[in-house]
Amino acid sequence: MAECSAASATPFARPREQTERPVYQLSTPQLSTLLTEFAQQLINGLSLGAIYALIALGYTMVYGVLRFINFAHSDVFMVGSFAGFYIGRGMPKESFATGFLALAGAMVICAVLGVTIERLAYRPLRNRSKLTVLITAIGVSLLLENLGQFVFGAAPKAFPTLFPVHTFKLGGLVINSSQLVVLVVALALLGALQYIVLRTKVGTAMRAVSFNPQAASLVGINNDRIISFTFALGSALAAAGGILYSLNYQAIDPLMGVLPGLKAFVAAVLGGIGNIPGAALGGLLLGVVETFVNGSRFSTFTDAIAFAILIAILLFRPAGLLGKMQVEKV
Amino acid sequence: MIPRSQVALLCAIAVAGLLAACASRIDDYFALIISNIGINIILAVSLNLINGYTGQFSLGHAGFMAVGAYSAAAITMFGAPKLAPALTQGVGIHALFPIALVGGGLAAALAGVLVGAPSLRLKGDYLAIVTLGFGEIIRVLFRNVDSLGGALGLNGIPAYTNLFWVYAFAALTVYVVVSLVNSTYGRGFLAVHDDEIAAEAMGINTTRYKITAFVVGAFFAGVAGGLYGHSILTIAPTGFDFMRSIEIVVMVILGGMGNTTGVIIAAVLLTLLPEALRMISGVRVELPFAAPFNNFKWIADTRMIIYSLLVIVLMLARPQGLFTWGKRSGEKPKI
Repeated sequence: MAECSAASATPFARPREQTERPVYQLSTPQLSTLLTEFAQQLINGLSLGAIYALIALGYTMVYGVLRFINFAHSDVFMVGSFAGFYIGRGMPKESFATGFLALAGAMVICAVLGVTIERLAYRPLRNRSKLTVLITAIGVSLLLENLGQFVFGAAPKAFPTLFPVHTFKLGGLVINSSQLVVLVVALALLGALQYIVLRTKVGTAMRAVSFNPQAASLVGINNDRIISFTFALGSALAAAGGILYSLNYQAIDPLMGVLPGLKAFVAAVLGGIGNIPGAALGGLLLGVVETFVNGSRFSTFTDAIAFAILIAILLFRPAGLLGKMQVEKV
Repeated sequence: MIPRSQVALLCAIAVAGLLAACASRIDDYFALIISNIGINIILAVSLNLINGYTGQFSLGHAGFMAVGAYSAAAITMFGAPKLAPALTQGVGIHALFPIALVGGGLAAALAGVLVGAPSLRLKGDYLAIVTLGFGEIIRVLFRNVDSLGGALGLNGIPAYTNLFWVYAFAALTVYVVVSLVNSTYGRGFLAVHDDEIAAEAMGINTTRYKITAFVVGAFFAGVAGGLYGHSILTIAPTGFDFMRSIEIVVMVILGGMGNTTGVIIAAVLLTLLPEALRMISGVRVELPFAAPFNNFKWIADTRMIIYSLLVIVLMLARPQGLFTWGKRSGEKPKI
């Protein structure tokens, strides 16, 4: 009542909102909270980015050897997390052993799936126009999604906690053990991949096929076998990505692969498609940028960020951050 | 003397009028299906100009449709009552609706320029992804515009769509696309499709042809969006997602890329198919040996699986589409 009468007594008083201006002053404790929040977002972003990196590697490797975008890759990712779901549900209790067993099982299942897809759908089209292969890839992607909805059901499922969950508090930072698992597993897989590609015979053959398929077959490389191997490797990484993604997000459904898959593709282009370290870098960058946008006022635009980055990168540096420009020869 | 193709256009519009005149005698359900067929024909034929004739694989047609649907709805719901209230009553509606549709089409065409100009320097897979990404960005934008209903969508759009407008615009789309491609100018689209480098060497401005195809295709997608919005009366960003684009792409592929007649047949069939499946899913057949299959419900449940298998099998066995015989094969000879 008192406020009411006061307001009516002074009709020309300025409204409250205008008199109270926010004061932007950074005192030391505020600065430290800001820094903590920054570090927290950075960790969240890196663990998301590591997953994008794992998926992006599959796109980039297949692009390297076959020069086309494997649209079905995002659905192999989905199948990977469903494989993890069914394996994990059969396990008695979560421990690191069962977690890694589920991870390995899903990776094997998806490697087989990837090779099968390549054998049945892509290999018969080896010498056809790019458009035909692209449409087939979209068809395979739709087939996996719809089969997924038919077999697994369209409703989201709760993903089991495969690894024991602890929460660590470091000062103001809150780190989930599943975030650590994501980072460690992703880094280990990236290291393993780097070893396979750079140090083993089959990796050398992979690089040879991606440089020049004809010359590679002239020196005695069985291109088809190397392409199958590439699909197996990429699909296994996608399966690992799928399980790590589901550990963080805890709900899975047959259409879950679409958006992460597209974003991982953007990550591959960002780093320079066909370039393996580039895919890892692009994935991490994209994850961090997305997490920061998600934490800001523009959180509703998060899903559009990746595509905006894609369009910008294709306009200004189509070869990607680490890629080299190539001139098309006629 | 009027050229033959224009006579055909006039005849088609007359048929559209005739169809609309009988509309009151048709069951509402069938009228809706017939109207959806017309809208899908517009979408598929306009996409065929981009994907089929020009060979630029676009996956963002639903995005252009969304721009058209929202713009046309904004004109009839917010624009007209404020600027020209006379048009919202009585006979004025018949003038307002085509204006709104063309407005929606122009907005979509503008979006087509905005997307096309930067991204058409890209080829094949990249273009597909960028157009797909564009469709997603459009959806995210509409979800964030509160005055257009945000994520819930826009409700209470006036029911202006009738069979006359749908089929008049369908006829116009077919007329424009066919005349454009068969004109001297339009040979450039085919040249870009067949071999871009050779076309460029012959002095064809490939970028301009691609953008023209994009803009014309987007315009008609926008018109179709306007018709769609004023037919189902409520539009939401989720209605224009990736799957909607894919449906249109499947129509084009099934009909045969660069074959307008085939694409029209495919659009009709693929619109009727789900309805037919829904009808027969109630029918029971007693098969003693196959108990789970004694009704046809499983066919309806697996419709999308059949679609996707169809796409793969078509690409493996018959890449020129189901309804293309002879002349233009969808395949480039490999040197």
